[in-house]
Amino acid sequence: MCQVEEEYREPPLAPAPPSVCKTCVKCKDASAAVVVRAGDPYCRTCFKDYFIHKFRAMLGKNRVIFPGEKVLLAVSGGPSSSSMLRQVQEGLSQNAHKKLRFSPGIVYIDEGGAVGRSLEERLRTASELQAVFRSTGFPFHMVPLEQVLDVPPSVLVPAASSQPAASVYKAAVDGFLQAAGGRRPGAAVQQQDAAGLDVLEAHTASLQQLMDSATSLTARQELLSSLRQHLLVHTARSHGYSKLMLGDSCSRSAVKLLAAVCLGRGAQLAQDTGFSDSRYGDVVSVRPMRDYSAKEIAFYNHMFGVPSVLSPSLTTKTSDKSSIQQLTESFITRLQADFPSTVSTIYRTSEKLQTAGGSSGGTAGTDTCLLCVCVLDTSVGNATAFRSTLVSQCLSDSRAVPSGPDPVSAKQSRPCGGQQCGTRTCSAEDRTPDLKALLCYSCQRTLRDLSSLDRLPHYILSEAQSRARRSQLREEIRDFLLDHHDDDEDDEGLHSPPDPSVVA
Amino acid sequence: MPVQCSSCREKRAVLKRPKTGHSLCKECFFWAFEEEVHQTIKAAELFKPGESVGIAASGGKDSTVLAHVMKLLNERYNYGLDLMLISVDEGITGYRDDSLETVKRNQQQYELPLKIVSYEELYGWTMDAIVKQVGLKNNCTFCGVFRRQALDRGAIMLKVDKICTGHNADDVAETVLMNVLRGDIARLRRCTAISTTSEGDGVVPRCKPLKYAYEKEIVLYAYFKKLDYFSTECIYSPNAYRGHARTFLKDLESIRSSSIIDIIHSGENLSVRDGVKMPVQGTCSRCGYISSQALCKSCVLLEGLNRGLPKLGIGKHHRLHDKLLSQQPLTEKEERKLKSVDF
Repeated sequence: MCQVEEEYREPPLAPAPPSVCKTCVKCKDASAAVVVRAGDPYCRTCFKDYFIHKFRAMLGKNRVIFPGEKVLLAVSGGPSSSSMLRQVQEGLSQNAHKKLRFSPGIVYIDEGGAVGRSLEERLRTASELQAVFRSTGFPFHMVPLEQVLDVPPSVLVPAASSQPAASVYKAAVDGFLQAAGGRRPGAAVQQQDAAGLDVLEAHTASLQQLMDSATSLTARQELLSSLRQHLLVHTARSHGYSKLMLGDSCSRSAVKLLAAVCLGRGAQLAQDTGFSDSRYGDVVSVRPMRDYSAKEIAFYNHMFGVPSVLSPSLTTKTSDKSSIQQLTESFITRLQADFPSTVSTIYRTSEKLQTAGGSSGGTAGTDTCLLCVCVLDTSVGNATAFRSTLVSQCLSDSRAVPSGPDPVSAKQSRPCGGQQCGTRTCSAEDRTPDLKALLCYSCQRTLRDLSSLDRLPHYILSEAQSRARRSQLREEIRDFLLDHHDDDEDDEGLHSPPDPSVVA
Repeated sequence: MPVQCSSCREKRAVLKRPKTGHSLCKECFFWAFEEEVHQTIKAAELFKPGESVGIAASGGKDSTVLAHVMKLLNERYNYGLDLMLISVDEGITGYRDDSLETVKRNQQQYELPLKIVSYEELYGWTMDAIVKQVGLKNNCTFCGVFRRQALDRGAIMLKVDKICTGHNADDVAETVLMNVLRGDIARLRRCTAISTTSEGDGVVPRCKPLKYAYEKEIVLYAYFKKLDYFSTECIYSPNAYRGHARTFLKDLESIRSSSIIDIIHSGENLSVRDGVKMPVQGTCSRCGYISSQALCKSCVLLEGLNRGLPKLGIGKHHRLHDKLLSQQPLTEKEERKLKSVDF
């Protein structure tokens, strides 16, 4: 609901101390074991039912995962993604009430190389997780982040969607039920990936150098999340998965949303935090855990023995103000303590947003960012924040403008803010001219914090080069092209994939 | 070694621009600051020649700098605008009476006509009297709602075509954050607009020429120009929730100075999903001012004050609007809820 009135929330009065003898609000019989929200005590059984139902309701409501589809679960070992894995297990089990009908696989990205962990530590974590994964019986992939250095440039290009329209969902379910005859999907596949991590020392060194070239932790985190995303998509593509399941909880989504606002990712908010994200076209990310708070998940994992394996991240042992993401997280956590509706309010905001450029989720045919693969948000009108920063840079640096011999007279007649600003001639950083034009606003900010762009992985640089060449070619043949809006033959035959979030 | 100005490459730099990090000399900074405001005005086509424009003046740094820059640019670039100052006297002893003295001095320095509208003459209540009734909590709601309407009334008395306010980039970014935290999608969408569209009778279009100017640069500008401004926090101001957003924004700025502009960029590029319920703009059936409800907020607040039920306008009591409109008394139970809390 929209908050129409100007109203400032007061911290509620201190809650009454929880009494021990309360009965469950659901079955009104058993004694309560957990208080999910203020005033809602649940017993063990009802809490479990509630938790499991929520997961299936989330998938059922959104209707994006088709029966028989291959779904890759991204499990980091943290509480939320471990809980997600358990939910999928529950949903596929023989006696499940409303069975899930997709065939799952697991991917674990080991970021130890970027965080500076030793190989022994990394192997220990990996073997702990392997034991967990093996017990599920699902196929799994242990992928060290170093492998991102070997991914092909095509990972940065949205592919055509192979997904059927959401309107045929019902028919697809019926068809599947008849064909499969209730046979359990996924059980047939019992392939196990090679144990251990396949890491080259030289690769770890280059990854480390890339991370070190970021002068701020904010940029380092952004960079790492881009690399992780690329590797996840690459893994999904190369093993034929068409869905990627991410374990973002409600609390995590709220932090991500506010951090994204602060990083200038307003245009990409819906994709970054929404239920489904089809920016890559053929591999759609879904976030089925985004209805659960971190607290609910912690309770569930504790009560039902869901194992989680924690590994240090970039922000481990850093202060609150070490990066924008970290600051946002501690800000929201602190606010949530005083105003318990903070997280859910922010989270609900994300449900009211959509991606820039209308309701079509497809990115094919438009220019996308080299790093985050979202539609570029930099070709905007004159009176915008983006333009105003370019004007400011122009006006405070005489070298930024192709000026006449006398700087003062040139300044007087300077056409700043007009057509010249915002083009490559005006950029303060001469080192990055060709990359900047290929990035969205926020990723430009991230790359500005890199001391050297040469350390970027090969697939990014070579894709950048080929895009730059293409646009140069296009410039040369510009006069002969009849339709300037649709001049990329790569996009022929591509049609926008349906955006499931709109239909739902 | 003295740092050289990165713009003229001749003089010694005296400051580092918070917005871009460049080191500039005084003259180049003045030029850049004024030129940027000019570019904003030009790019957004805020004014047309011949228009009369009211500058909302509080005597604080933002409005003082705004008045100074508007007068200067109007002459430098021949905008052809007829400028005047509009002030609102909320009736806060020890705060507004002092700052209005500053505005009166500005009026003489800039030779612009000045109109002061007071809460007392418009509503029959000063903020001092309101605080006496509602206490220190929530009094900003009254002040904010009343001021919006008071400015419009002042503008109509002066017959100006537009009002410009001194909202700076920090204010806009802070509002974006506030609206995300409150889940107010309607305001989130509107708050980054540089000017309001003509909303109907009784409402004068508003714009924010300083929208892209950093608060710190405004202070630097006022400091080096030695402008006469009033810098005291309002004595009734402790608005806790906005304070959280403000602290957060300052922390963000200290980590990455472009954060303020980055947040505005985010706000400008948000797009709201089709089908999300939005409030519909109508008019207040009592005073005719714009309102999304049957009664506008300021009429509800005023009614609350006059009935001795100050909490009537705090929070949502839409169900009571019909009763208020038909002048019916409220039930005892309803009244008990809306009286100020006794301690």
